[in-house]
Amino acid sequence: MSWELVAGLETHIELSTKTKIFCNCTTEFGGDPNTHCCPVCIGLPGTLPKLNENVVNYAVKAGLATNCKIRKISKMDRKNYVYPDLPKAYQISQFDKPLCEGGYITLDSGKRINITRIHIEEDAGKLMHERGDTYIDYNRGGVPLIEIVSEPDIRSIDEAIEYIEKLRLIMKYIGVSDVKMQEGSLRCDVNISIRKDGEEKLGTRAEIKNMNSLAFIAKAMDYEINRQIEILENDGEIVQETRRYNSNLNITESMRGKEDADDYRYFREPDLVTISITDEQIDKFKNELPELPDAKLQRFISQYGLPYDDAVLLIKYKKISEYYEEACKNVENCKMVSNFILGQIFRRLSTEIDKEECCITISPKYLNELVMLTEKKKLALNLARNTLEQMLDTGKSVYDLISESDMEGIDDNELRNLCEKAVQENEKAVDEYLKGKEKAIGSIIGYIMKQTKGKADAALATEIVKEIIKALR
Amino acid sequence: MEKYLGKIKHINDLLQSKQISCTELTNKYLDSIETVNSKLNAYVTVTDNIALETAKKVDEKIARGEKLMPLEGIPMTLKDNISTTDVETTCCSKILKGYMPVYDATVWKILKKQNAVLLGKTNMDEFAMGSSCETSYFGGSLNPHNHGYVAGGSSGGVASAVGSNLAVYGLGSDTGGSVRQPASFCGLVGLKPTYGSVSRFGLIAYASSFDQIGPITTSVEDSAIIYDAISSYDPKDATSLGNKGIVSENKLTTSIKGMKIGIAKEYFDGIRDDVRESIEKSIEVYEALGAEIVYFNLPQIKYAVPVYYILACAEASSNLGRYDGIRYGYKTPKYNDLNEMICKTRSEGFGKEVQRRIMLGTYVLSSGYYDAYYKKAQKLRGSIVKAFKEAFDICDIILTPTVPTTAFELNFTSKDPIETYLTDICTVPVNIAGLPAVSVPCGFDSKGLPIGMQLIGNRFEDAKLLNFAYQYEKQTKKSTYKEVEIGVRL
Repeated sequence: MSWELVAGLETHIELSTKTKIFCNCTTEFGGDPNTHCCPVCIGLPGTLPKLNENVVNYAVKAGLATNCKIRKISKMDRKNYVYPDLPKAYQISQFDKPLCEGGYITLDSGKRINITRIHIEEDAGKLMHERGDTYIDYNRGGVPLIEIVSEPDIRSIDEAIEYIEKLRLIMKYIGVSDVKMQEGSLRCDVNISIRKDGEEKLGTRAEIKNMNSLAFIAKAMDYEINRQIEILENDGEIVQETRRYNSNLNITESMRGKEDADDYRYFREPDLVTISITDEQIDKFKNELPELPDAKLQRFISQYGLPYDDAVLLIKYKKISEYYEEACKNVENCKMVSNFILGQIFRRLSTEIDKEECCITISPKYLNELVMLTEKKKLALNLARNTLEQMLDTGKSVYDLISESDMEGIDDNELRNLCEKAVQENEKAVDEYLKGKEKAIGSIIGYIMKQTKGKADAALATEIVKEIIKALR
Repeated sequence: MEKYLGKIKHINDLLQSKQISCTELTNKYLDSIETVNSKLNAYVTVTDNIALETAKKVDEKIARGEKLMPLEGIPMTLKDNISTTDVETTCCSKILKGYMPVYDATVWKILKKQNAVLLGKTNMDEFAMGSSCETSYFGGSLNPHNHGYVAGGSSGGVASAVGSNLAVYGLGSDTGGSVRQPASFCGLVGLKPTYGSVSRFGLIAYASSFDQIGPITTSVEDSAIIYDAISSYDPKDATSLGNKGIVSENKLTTSIKGMKIGIAKEYFDGIRDDVRESIEKSIEVYEALGAEIVYFNLPQIKYAVPVYYILACAEASSNLGRYDGIRYGYKTPKYNDLNEMICKTRSEGFGKEVQRRIMLGTYVLSSGYYDAYYKKAQKLRGSIVKAFKEAFDICDIILTPTVPTTAFELNFTSKDPIETYLTDICTVPVNIAGLPAVSVPCGFDSKGLPIGMQLIGNRFEDAKLLNFAYQYEKQTKKSTYKEVEIGVRL
C-alpha cells in the first residue's frame, strides 16, 4: 500500500534587532548566564513591557518577502503556561490577530507552500542541567521571534527541507535574522500525518517539537513517517500528541498527549497598546525590500549566462553573490568568474560560516583584474590559476605578483617554435605518446611551461604539440 | 488650620521659614509611628534611615537658603505594592516575604527626586485583593476614628497612617476602589486619577487594565499637589499618557457656577439611609454654589461588579503566575519535584482570598468558559465605557456615594466574600471605564464614622474633577473633616 505524507511546519526565527522585544537588553548570542538581562526581561514584579518598534518592522518585512498580507491593526496577547524558563509564567505573543497572513513560498518545482500566518513573540530563557542540578539562563528570554506557520502543504521530506532553506535564505536576504541554526536562531516544529494515496481526509497528526538542524528534521520526519505507517498497517491508531526527536537514538518519542495539552488561556496583553501600521509604512517596507533569492537566481542565469547549478551556489550566500557581481564588472566571460569562485576560492572557504561571511582574502576588484587579463589572453589560464592561489595566500593583486613582461603572453609563432623544440628534446615521451599513452604529452607541455615560466597557454600548446607529433608519424 | 486647607503647603511654609527643621519633623513622625503603630498596624516596614537621610539633605538645602520643591521634606508613605529599591516590598503576602526590589517604581523615582521623606511602607490587602486590609499577611489596619473598625482596603495602611497623622500623605493603588474606599472609611480624600495619567511602572500588578496609583490625603488641595507631581508620561509604561495640564497652581479657583452635576439613581440603590442623606446634603451644597443637577440613568451599573471580578481576576491569575518560588520570595522547604515545589509554594504562600481570585480568573479564561465569562464581560465593559461617555455629554461631573456604608467592623469581611464584593458597587465602574474619581469626606454616621462622597470626572478631566472637589471642601471642611487626637499634630 502506498502512503502519502502530509506535513506542516511552524518555524521560529530569532530576529536580529539590536535590543530585545520588550526592553533595551542586547539580543547578542551567548554571554555569561544572566548578563543580558534586566528587571523587565526577567519579569520582576511591577515591571512592564514596551514593544520594540523594530520588531514589528522586521516582521512586516518578513511578511512582505513571503507574499503575506499585513494586518494594519493588531495586538499582543498573553499565552499562559508555567515553566521555569518563562519568568512571567506567560509568553507575550499574538493569538487571533497576527501581523501577517496568507503568504506563500514557491519551491523550485513551481509548487507553492502556503503560509497561514506570521506573528511576533518573545523567546524564553534556557535551562541548563549540570551535575544533577538545573540552572536557568535568561539571556535568551525576551529575544524577539517570528513564528511562521505553514499550511499542511508539504508532501515529502525534500519539500520540507527546501521550504526551510528557502525561508532561511529569504530572511537572510532581507536582513531580519542571521538564521544561524546552530545557535538556535531558526527552530522548527513539524506536524506530521499520513494518509492512503488518493485519500482526501487528513490523518491524525503528531507534532515533533523544537528541532534546529536540517539533518535532524529529515531524520526525525523519516522516523516518524515510518512509525506512523507501521502503526496504520497493523491496524493501529495514531495518537494525537507532541513528540520530541532524540538524536542519540534517532527516534521520536512522546512528550505529552492531547489530554495533557496546555490550556494557554490566551487573552489580550493589557500592558501593551494596539499595534497599527499604515499603508505608507507598508509601501515603504515594500520598496525597501532587496532583490529576493529566487529573482536573483533567474537574473544570474540570464544576465551572466550561468548554468543553473552555478547560480544556485552563488546566490545561496548573499555576500558571495554580491562579491560575484562586483568581480563581474565589465567582464565578458562571467562563467570564468564563477569558476574561480566555486573552484579555487570555495576550496579555501571550508565552513558554511566562511561562505556566509564571504571570508575571501582578496577584494572583488582584484579577482576582476585577474579575469580581465585572462580574458584578454594576457594571462594564460593555468598561470591565472597559479596566480590566484598566490593572491589568496598573500592578499596581493595580480599586478603585485606578476611583472608586465610576464603578462604579455607568447606570440603564436614563438610558441610553435618552442613546441617543435620540445618535441625534439623529449623523444621518450613522444614514443610513449605514439604507443597510446595519452598522459605522456604532459611532460612535453611541462617542458614548455618551464621554458616560458608558465606564460604559455597550455591548451594551445597541447594542440600544437599534438599536431607536430601527428605530422611526424 | 484656618490659613491652610491642606497640610503640604503648611509644612512647606514651616520648613522654609525654619519654624521646624525637617529632621525634627521627621523624628516626630517616626516617634509617633513607634508609639502607636503596633496597635494600628498601618506600617509594615518603617524606613527610618532613609527618612532621616533625606531630612538631613532637605535641612542642608534650607540652610543654604534654597527654595523647596512642593513635596520636598514632606513625610509620607507608600503602599507596600510600590517597588522601592532595597526596601522590602511584599504586597503584604507571605509569597513575597523578603523580596527586595532592585529598581524604583516611577512614582517613587519622581518623589525621591523631590526629596520626599519616606517613612515606610504601609499595609494592604494581600496583592490589593480585599476591601478591609484584613487579607494582609500581617493582619488588618485599624480605622483612625474607631479602632473597632477597619481602615478599609485595599490601601488600608495608607488611610490608617494618614488618618492617624502618621504620615502627611501616602500613595495607594486603586483597582476597584482601593484608594477611594479606605479614604471614605477614614474621612480622607482619595484620588484615583484617569487610567494612564500616572505610570504603573513598578506598581506590582493586580489587574493591569484597572490598576492606577493615587494619593490619600487630608485635603483636596494636597491631592492636587501630588497629582501634579506624579502624573506624567512615562516611556516605561506603554499605557501611560501623562496629564492634560497641571492642577494645583491655578485650576482650583474656577467657579462651578452653571456646571452640571449628574446624578444616576442606580448609584443610590441599596445605599444605607444615613449615607444617602449625607450625600443629598452635599448635593445641596453644590446647588448653593450654583451647580445644576441633572438626572440620568446608568442601568449598566448593575453589571459592574461581576464584570469587574471576572476581568480583574482573569488578569490577576496571569499576573500572579510568576510567584513560583524559583527566583525570589517564599519557597516551600520540602518538595520532591518542580511541580510539587511550585504547587506547595503557591498553596502556602498565597492567602485564601488571593487563591480564590486566581482560581476564579483561571476558570473564566479556560477554554470552554472563555466565551461565557471573559468575552461577555469584555463586551459589557465596552457598554459601560459607552454609557459613561454618553453621560458626560450631558454633565460635567457625576456625584455618587463612595461606599454604600461606613467602615466595616473588624472581621466583618471574612464572613461573606460575595457580600463584601458587592460593597464595591460605587467604585468599580470608574476603574472599568478608566475614569478619574475622588472620594471626599461629607459627613459622619451616628457612631462618628466618616461618610465619603464620590465625584467622577470624564477621562483626563482630572483638573476639573479636583476643582469640583475643592470648591466643596472650601465650603464644608470644618464640618466634614475631623482630625483624630493621635500622631503628629501641627
